[in-house]
Formats: sequence, C-alpha cells, structure tokens
Amino acid sequence: MMTAQIKEFPGVGLRESDFEQRKVLYTEWVPNARYAWDAGVAIGRYLAELKEGRLIGVRCRHCRRTVIPPRVFCEWCFRPMDEWVPLPDTGTVNTFSLCYVTWDMRRLTEPEIPAVIDIDGTHPPVGILHLLGEVEPQAVQIGMRVQAVWKPPEERTGSILDIRYFRPVREG
Amino acid sequence: MGMRKVAVVGAGMTKFVRRALETGKELAFEAAKMALDSCELTLQQVDCVVHGTAPDAFDGVHMKGEYLADGSGAWRKPYTRCYVGGGTGVFAPIHGWYHVASGLFDICLVVCEEKMSSCQPHPQGAFLTIFDHTTERPLGPNLLWIFALEMNRYMHTYGLSKRDIALVSVKNKRNAADHPCSLLGDREITVEDVLNSEVLAWPVQRLDVSPVTDGAVAVVLAAEHVARRITDKPVWIEGVGWNLDTTYWTNRDLCYPRYVENAARMAYEMAGISEPRKQIHIAEPYDPFDYKELHHLEGLLLFDRGKAPEATALGITQRDGDLPVCPSGGLLGVGNPIAAAGLMKVAELFWQLRGEAGARQVPGQPRRGVAQAWGDLMQVGTVIVMGV
Ligand SMILES: [Zn+2]
Repeated sequence: MMTAQIKEFPGVGLRESDFEQRKVLYTEWVPNARYAWDAGVAIGRYLAELKEGRLIGVRCRHCRRTVIPPRVFCEWCFRPMDEWVPLPDTGTVNTFSLCYVTWDMRRLTEPEIPAVIDIDGTHPPVGILHLLGEVEPQAVQIGMRVQAVWKPPEERTGSILDIRYFRPVREG
Repeated sequence: MGMRKVAVVGAGMTKFVRRALETGKELAFEAAKMALDSCELTLQQVDCVVHGTAPDAFDGVHMKGEYLADGSGAWRKPYTRCYVGGGTGVFAPIHGWYHVASGLFDICLVVCEEKMSSCQPHPQGAFLTIFDHTTERPLGPNLLWIFALEMNRYMHTYGLSKRDIALVSVKNKRNAADHPCSLLGDREITVEDVLNSEVLAWPVQRLDVSPVTDGAVAVVLAAEHVARRITDKPVWIEGVGWNLDTTYWTNRDLCYPRYVENAARMAYEMAGISEPRKQIHIAEPYDPFDYKELHHLEGLLLFDRGKAPEATALGITQRDGDLPVCPSGGLLGVGNPIAAAGLMKVAELFWQLRGEAGARQVPGQPRRGVAQAWGDLMQVGTVIVMGV
C-alpha cells in the first residue's frame, strides 16, 4: 500500500468546545520541583564582581580572545583560561527585540527590551544577554552605545540583576 | 568507510493538530503502524527501534522514551531514544541509519512523537529552562527572545525587510493547504496578513511563527539487500551530518548558522555532492520561524549568505521553482510537533522522491533532496541527504 493512496490519516484534533461540554476526560498535575544551582568557579567570581559593581571576563592567550561571561576553560583549545580581565561596563547593542508578551503569552503594554550587548574590551567582540532601559523602544538601534545602570551597593546581592539594565550612553 | 547502504522503505504519520484526543503512545502507534503497513512489514521483522522526542519536562513524564516504547513497537527489542533539541526529528533517522549502516541490524523502525499540548498553560514553561540558570534566567527571558534577537541580527546584517521574510510564511502555509495532515494550511494567506499579524517580540509577529502541535511520524529503514526485497522504490540515505555550536550563544554572530554549514558539509561529502546547488533538487530546511528557512538555506550552502530572501521573492523556492523548498508546507504550515516535525521532512522527501506526494508533488521527477533540523540554544544542525 502506498501512503499517497491513504485517504484519511489518523489523529483526532480536539476543540475548546469538547472541553467545555466535557466530552473528553483528562487529569491535571502540578510538579513540585525546586532547585538550587551552585554558581561554580568562574561564574562565582563573576557574581562576586557584579556585587562590587564591576564586569570581569577571561582571556585565552593561545586563541587570543577575551570573553564574557567568564569560564574556567577555553572551549576552543580546551586548555584552562590564562587570566582574569577586568572589563568596563559599557558596550554596543549587537541585536535586540521589543517583546510584548510574557512567557505564557500574556500581553505587555510596555515592551521589555532584551538585547545582546557586546562588552567593550572583549576580543573579538562578544556579548551578554541583558535588558535595555531609559530609552524609547522605537529609538533602539543595533550599534547603539550603552552603559550599565547598577543597583546601589547596599542592594546588590551578587546577581546578574545587580545591573538593572543598560541605557544609552549620554554624550558629553 | 565500510558502511552498508541504507534505504528508507516506508513512512507514516498522524494528522498534526493543536491538541490530540490520543495520548503520545497512541499517536506513536498510529504513525508506526502506518509506516509498517506502507511497506507490508510486520513488527516481528523489525530488528530495532529508535525513538525521538522532546525533553521529559514537556510531557511531565520522566523516562518519556520508555513511556513511549510500547506505542513505538519496541516491546522486547533493542530500543534507544535520542535527543538533540529541535534537531531531534532529523537526528533520529541518522541514529537509525548508523544502527543499520554498521551492520548491526537489517531493519530499523524510527518513530518521532510530540504532544506539546500537555504542558500548561504553555509549553514555553518547559522551554524556559534552556537559558543559563545563573546568568540569564533571572532576567525573565522567554523563548521568543532568542528568535527575535537572531532574526533582528540577520535582517540587520543583510539589510532585509520584514516583507522579504514574510514571503516564506506565505509560501509554506499555502503549500500546506495540499497536505492532508496540516494544521495551518491556508491557500488564501497574503504577505499583508503576516505583516499585520500581532507583534509578539519585534521583529517576530504571530504569523512568522509555527504553532504548538501534537503529532507523530515514523519511517522504516532497511539495509540494501533487504530494502530491494521490500520495495522496488527504495529511497537511499546518501549522506548524514550533525554539528553543535557553543552554548555561549551571546558570543556568536547570530547572522549565520555555521554549525548547519558544518553538518551540511559532512552530509554532502558522504553523499559525494560537490555542487549542492546543482545536485540538490528539493530542500526541506527547518522552518519553525519564517526567517529560519532562509537562514538554513544559506547554512546548507544552497544560496549565498543573505541571498535566500531574494531567491524566495523570485519564486525559485516555490513548489514549481528551480529549487522547491518545503513543498510539504513545513513547520509553518503543517505544524510543529518538535521531533515529529523534523521527521515529517524526511517522510516528505521519501514521498516526493518516489513520486507519491499527490497534490504536493514537485514536478520534474526530483532525484535528490536534503532535509535539515535545528534546535537547542540556536546551536545544533542535523542534515540528511536522500536520493533515488
Ligand atoms: Zn583557547
């Protein structure tokens, strides 16, 4: 039998009304799963530096690159990284989105603006994921220069959220 | 390399629907039974079974591969489940291929099942865990972010407009109108419909995206000496490739999928393809979002970087164009039950290369096609080349 000759394929699609009219039965369950993730060596140092209001990366001399977020090994040449490199908290928008929905598809009136921000001092330029703020959504552009806006020292906990967001660099 | 030739000799699939009455096991059974029936084999003749499906978190079922084993025909057989994110649907037949190419087994049943509707209120709740738990998840990301960020980078790098990209969605949803299993086939859809659809995460709009879907697909693989007894129209697996880039995704240039190119080069070399643009007659690249089809056509070396949109606008990728792309209707049109969607592309090549695709049949008796899937943190490429 050739599949091309099959008139009716199996599978029954359900509609909302099937549930409203209780035509189908189902079971629900809510998982009870909680996790605590250890930061590890490299990201542990990264978080400690964030708490002090600083960004830090790592350099591989063999591959001649400086990257962020830090890692203990270079995944290219598979050697330990050579040194820690303090980095400025400025960078360039590599790409961004204006996001009008939450993860469960509820609408937002004001968009969130996630961006990949290439951090100054990395080589070749590489970025981190963060949010943009203090900017009109329609004014955001790829290539825009931005700077971190930090929480005050007493509010920092050693988290990526110690940076509230990145905002456009103000000239002059 | 001392490997045996392997053919696809049968295929089957369920309808792709938003929420199926059937359980995952039942969907897997329907697709697997149809695949066996299509080549007049019984389960007793199957030496081993391979399954592909998304992570356990989607279904809330731990050891989901084991849960699905009975429905996949794996009772008391050598059975493995493989998983490489969204790339799974094309990786599963590769996994089956090396079972047979190695000489270990003669006949392998490959089944991919996905029931995304179980995860409430939205399967994104499970998807979210792909982001780094310490450096990214506290920012409250959702899955659309990475697609929007990649699409924007792609558009910016090559100076593309939303209209250039929307043409893919229109083509695939129209193609899917001819697929008997499609969820979102629409013969009447226009570019304006896509451009006017709800903005989700700019530049991604509602009709740029494939739907959450339930469904299953299965294919039967056989070693050469067995394949020729089963059918007079075996479709050979001529080349396979797979490749993974770094999870430090913010350290990559998102405008080009290098890992897809690496996977394609591996598959083309095995298939003896030196000029893919001349030697590939049909392409089924992974299209969960419209820009992804373009991205992947470039990674598959079928068009120059940034040039796939122009080819789309010229009609080259239409079903009757010089290089038909997603004649099935793709994920955008047929639907996107993750692993099953990838295997649907392999099944489509099987039907197209045998001239059995009915209303979807590409003209001109195509002799070779490529299918590709993609996934994880925008980092995995899986590629299969099939020919007659
Ligand atoms: Zn290195």
